[in-house]
Amino acid sequence: MTDTSMNDLMKAKMIGRSEIEDLIIVPLFAIVAALILGALTMLATNVDLATIGLSYVALLKGSVGSLSAISETLTAAAPLILAGLGLALGFRAGLFNIGAEGQVLMGGMAAVITGFTFTDLPAAILMPMSLLAGALVGALYASIAGWLRVATGAHEVISTIMLNLIAYRLLDYMLRLPFIQKEGRADPISKSVPDAAELPRLLAFIDPNLRVHAGIFLVLVAVAVVYWLLFRSKLGFEFRASGENPQAARYAGMRSGLIIVLAMASAGALAGLAGANQVLGVLGRATPGFSAGIGFDAIAVALLGRSHPIGVLFAGLLFGALEAGGRQMQVDAGVSIDLIGIIQALIIVFIAAPLLVRAVFPWGFRKGSRQTEGGQ
Amino acid sequence: MTTFTYTLRNLGSATAFLLAMIGPAHAFTACQVTDTGGIDDNSFNQTAWKGVEDAMADFAIDGRFLESQAETDYEANINSLIEGDCDIIITVGFLLGDATQKAARANPDQRFSIVDFAYEPAIPNVLGQVYSTDEAAFLAGYLAAGVSETKILGVFGGINIPPVTIFMDGFVRGVDHYNAQKGASVSVLGWDIDSREGLFTNNFESLDDGRAFAQNLYDEGADIVLPVAGPVGLGSAALADELGTDKLKIIGVDADLYFTDPQKSHVYLTSITKRMDATVRQVIETAMNDTFNGGVLVGSLENGGVDLASFHDLDSAVPQEMKAELDTIREGIIAGTIKVRP
Repeated sequence: MTDTSMNDLMKAKMIGRSEIEDLIIVPLFAIVAALILGALTMLATNVDLATIGLSYVALLKGSVGSLSAISETLTAAAPLILAGLGLALGFRAGLFNIGAEGQVLMGGMAAVITGFTFTDLPAAILMPMSLLAGALVGALYASIAGWLRVATGAHEVISTIMLNLIAYRLLDYMLRLPFIQKEGRADPISKSVPDAAELPRLLAFIDPNLRVHAGIFLVLVAVAVVYWLLFRSKLGFEFRASGENPQAARYAGMRSGLIIVLAMASAGALAGLAGANQVLGVLGRATPGFSAGIGFDAIAVALLGRSHPIGVLFAGLLFGALEAGGRQMQVDAGVSIDLIGIIQALIIVFIAAPLLVRAVFPWGFRKGSRQTEGGQ
Repeated sequence: MTTFTYTLRNLGSATAFLLAMIGPAHAFTACQVTDTGGIDDNSFNQTAWKGVEDAMADFAIDGRFLESQAETDYEANINSLIEGDCDIIITVGFLLGDATQKAARANPDQRFSIVDFAYEPAIPNVLGQVYSTDEAAFLAGYLAAGVSETKILGVFGGINIPPVTIFMDGFVRGVDHYNAQKGASVSVLGWDIDSREGLFTNNFESLDDGRAFAQNLYDEGADIVLPVAGPVGLGSAALADELGTDKLKIIGVDADLYFTDPQKSHVYLTSITKRMDATVRQVIETAMNDTFNGGVLVGSLENGGVDLASFHDLDSAVPQEMKAELDTIREGIIAGTIKVRP
């Protein structure tokens, strides 16, 4: 991006130069740096230059290069964005919630159980009801950590990690209960949800292999709702105020205990929706590994998106694209899928260290802007 | 900065170079989707992939694989191979059963073969490869019962699914057979054949679990452990390596781990081999000469699809008499005079 277009953008948007730098330029360069370091990693593991070129072409092709690639990117991005929004909400309220994984599992489980229990209901009722059950149970599960924080002062980082472990085992246990376990199977796997509970696949009429489903509308609604909640509602103001300065918020008459529980509950509801989105949209049933680490990847998504709903949307799309494209990298170039994990991690490292990016990529940053504004 | 620019320019030219030159296309492409254990698991997925590699060497075909990192990847991985012009798609593992079925129904012209799953009724474009693993595991159970000093054996699995528990069933029945023949009372920890409950790590990835489960069984007195969990068993082997083989021996599964795990090869008493490489290669061959049919391909002791590996370094721990008995039992199983299943 040239300096003149940058200036135009600045005038048009009336937002500060350093915000643009933080929101756009830093992530952009972080991605570039991660891709370059990824290439160097491949070089170091004796992958030749031609294959590296081929693998990045495949990454692009597999993420946005065709209808099915876009469909895969969206499918992978949807749960990351939903859970990421929840985490962003928590971060804004000063809560470092590591428990999205557990909330995803509990929410997904609730959605599956609701789905296969009320098989007689029509889709118009059953599908929203299953989603709601997922959100509700996710919210309740997350509130436990919020309540522990308020009532006992237990730090949410610790309690949510513990709740994740409990969720894993609870899932193993539940999947073997007779009324949940699929008939005729000895391994932990739930009954399948009926078609009426599934999020319909949007492009199945073109090709049954296209997996993108109605969950993407859910994502757009969630982005809008979280934006409104955070920046347009009284509750969101209270979230942000207690996140910025809990003492000041309390002196201003905000009930910090209630705010913590509500913030955790909203975060859990979104993570629960992410779980419901997976089981109702992609898998159709629950198995021990159905969360596939979404809850942890979503932490990276929320950080990359700077805890802003729009940022989370784009960060989630990027991670979805990396996942879908990574698959193509394996198919076309035979490069290990682990490399995608390395690139994702490198992106996070560079985002988390904006000063490093500024030092490595001097272009696009106003000289000394950080020093004069006192840094972050 | 110049280094970065240089690398960037290099990448650009490499890309252009590649686009200009699209590799010479082989006539036939075989593709494989692994389960979450990964292609380099020293056991399950690796053995199946060896079948593709053998076919690549023997028939000059192309081979590709896709690793699944999570269960959510199965369907997506199969789909991306469908677009990749594969002549046959081989999915490895029971857990891919549903995803393979779905893809096979949606793409009736695409040939599939799945390891460890048989569809009932058969799907015309899917060939299931299943194994009478319990026949070889029966031999392993008999052997372990005879070799054990503590008269306690241990077994644990990855996930409680038929292709895993069939090892445990055969092993326990082999031990029972030994007890019945010799009037001994060797016991097996970790699997209750009647209630279908036992020790499971619930994953096929964690080497730590493999170590911890073997440690628990060892603490309970077991001196031979059979881990049926792909790469998880490598963790158990590490424990046996530290304790010494006089205290703990491991029985490998799927491949002959003496060869695939060379650093710890001395801890393996034997391995229950499941020759997925042979069946996968055979399936590719049928697909190439158009004799491919949907249905089931069964590997057994008789056709060499399953077997007991040799004892290698621990050969001296196995008495000559035991070796002779194993040969007799093997013949009995093949002839049907010894029943490995009730």
